[in-house]
Amino acid sequence: MNEVKCECGHVNPHGTVLCEACGRVLDEKEKDRKLVDMRYEGSARRSQTYDKTIVDKIWNFFSSVKVGIWLIVITLIASALGTILPQEMYIPPNIPPEQYYLDEYGTFGKLYVEFGFHNLYGSWWYLILVASIGISLVICSLDRVIPLYRALKAQKVSRHEGFLKRQRLFGISTGANSNIDLEQIKINLRDKRYSIREEDGNLLAEKGRFSRWGPYVNHIGLIIFLLGAMLRFVPGMYVDKVLWIREGETKAIPGTNGQYYLSSDKFILEVYDKEKDKEVFSDALGKMGAVAKNYQSNVTLLEREGDAIPGEEPNLKKVKDYSIKVNEPLKYDNYALYQVDYKLDELDKMHFNLINKKSEESFGEIEIDLYNPKLKYELNKGYSVQLMNYFPDFEFDENGDPVTKSPVPNNPAFIFKMFTPDNPEGEVSFVAIQQTVEPFGDNEYKMAFAGIETKNVSALTVRKDLTLWVIGLGGAIFMIGVIQGAYWNHRRIWIQPKSGEVWIAGHTNKNWHGLKREINMVIKDTGIHEPIDQTQEQEKKIS
Amino acid sequence: MKKKQRLVIRTAILIILGAALAYSLYANLTKEKSEVLKLNAEAPDFVLTDMNGQKHKLSDYRGQGVFLNFWGTWCKPCEKEMPYMADQYKVYKDQGVQILAVNVGESEFAVQSFIDKHNLNFPVLIDAKDEVQSAYQVNPLPVTFLIDKEGKVVESITGSLTEEGVQKLMERIKP
Repeated sequence: MNEVKCECGHVNPHGTVLCEACGRVLDEKEKDRKLVDMRYEGSARRSQTYDKTIVDKIWNFFSSVKVGIWLIVITLIASALGTILPQEMYIPPNIPPEQYYLDEYGTFGKLYVEFGFHNLYGSWWYLILVASIGISLVICSLDRVIPLYRALKAQKVSRHEGFLKRQRLFGISTGANSNIDLEQIKINLRDKRYSIREEDGNLLAEKGRFSRWGPYVNHIGLIIFLLGAMLRFVPGMYVDKVLWIREGETKAIPGTNGQYYLSSDKFILEVYDKEKDKEVFSDALGKMGAVAKNYQSNVTLLEREGDAIPGEEPNLKKVKDYSIKVNEPLKYDNYALYQVDYKLDELDKMHFNLINKKSEESFGEIEIDLYNPKLKYELNKGYSVQLMNYFPDFEFDENGDPVTKSPVPNNPAFIFKMFTPDNPEGEVSFVAIQQTVEPFGDNEYKMAFAGIETKNVSALTVRKDLTLWVIGLGGAIFMIGVIQGAYWNHRRIWIQPKSGEVWIAGHTNKNWHGLKREINMVIKDTGIHEPIDQTQEQEKKIS
Repeated sequence: MKKKQRLVIRTAILIILGAALAYSLYANLTKEKSEVLKLNAEAPDFVLTDMNGQKHKLSDYRGQGVFLNFWGTWCKPCEKEMPYMADQYKVYKDQGVQILAVNVGESEFAVQSFIDKHNLNFPVLIDAKDEVQSAYQVNPLPVTFLIDKEGKVVESITGSLTEEGVQKLMERIKP
């Protein structure tokens, strides 16, 4: 192995720039430089050293921070592009996406679909991008944290002269060395909560090393976060469905595998009332008109007992009654039902009177359940009405025949046959909203519209998310890492008495101003001069 | 020695990460497909009552081929293929092919009028609670599932069939 043995006797991994133990510059190129590059303590980033097998090549690709940053930039740009036009899930479902985007947005829309931006966040290449960021995160971190840990663990108190000289903060105090009070310095350092190690009269004061682990803790958080997002794909972990339910209806709750049923008793929409509600609102209500106060579905949650195959009448047991309001979901067994939408006054039943056209005398009223009409409606005294045909969502087709375009009673129309003692053969009448047609000539009787009954429909979102705590944990660890790295600094001060001189050098991973102030407080009245900031010196010289 | 160890560790980590990526991709790309019924898997069983009050349980038809059709009265393409189904049923009924036509939950009135209009000779069932539709992940209509004599879904066809198409499909599931 190409290990590098330093003059001090420490064996460093191949590629090390600064000896892990004594800090001697090992890399010839670095020797000419005034200051050493202290990133990762001059340790050997392994990736950059071995490049033989295909595994190493893949590893090295992901180990590069440059690659990582590019992955993030590309993902950012792609994510932004995905927000320009609505995603596929938000367009009307009955039009093919190619057609929809072309019609709505022209050529740009067409290109958008061709490049797959209309379904970006679920596309394979977007997933690969995000996953690559995750892989890059793991490999970059591993490749840096292990050598860094090694280097910080192996560092010796007595660093080599060349190392000290090349630190950004460095100073030599000459002369009154007999007056220099190392003991006082140690006390001062301890006051500042430095931990002090001594070796042959040399000092190494260090604090806040754990702040160096902040970025890696942060990355662990991110990886847990990504894993949490991945867990959504695992069956049973995540449910997001919509349930439309009419008043009086009982339906299986989607996403629960037929285990839970819901029955809706009532949907309520309340608006603010100028008279009854607090006076504070009256101005606003005057301007705005009707303002919704409450959307509420009164429901009953039912659980199926035993197994039932689809279509079989399930054995339902009541679990509980609940009033679902906005932000007050019905929660049970990891499922939550949220109020998301509603439709008011959907037609449910229609009433008609059978009347004589001339005398306008009524011979009874019939009630037609628009979801379940009867074939025949009997009235008194030999009067009856037969339903010959029913079009819940009536329109004329291309041949001019009445048809229904959906099973929902949006625009109901009926063909009635009215049986009366006067016309025992029956009279045929076509009745739709606001119109009556008598296809076989004038009738004596007609079906007069006598009112409607409506029902409200509520839409509920069915949500189950067992991944939330993983994502929360990831987020929390992420923040801990940020705090750890941001609010603490890793500071080191080396003090080495050498014949007639005292050398002092300082290093921090950030906030040099803070370190300088701290050093000044530590060396106050001890006879040591303030070290020079060599970076500033260089800048001065240049300018 | 150390070199070998490094290679092993790197390979292991890359395999784990690669597996996670592959799983995510697989799960995501099959997400939409898993909403559709799996082919060559056992057909979800169900029980529905036909217009004459007779119960039909899918698993009772084991040993026969089942031509399972989902339809609605308002759906033009459904209407179009109904006569073909009725015609072919006459031929294949005695050869062990059963048609079950599941209406997607309309009123008895609408379904009965439709049966009378088209003289349907096979059992028509109403899935009033949408349970069978959701078990078969039915979305656009019409959709036909071919179930073989072992109770496995052999194929699903979305869209209207021709008479020839119906005949070919029946031939496939004939026991």
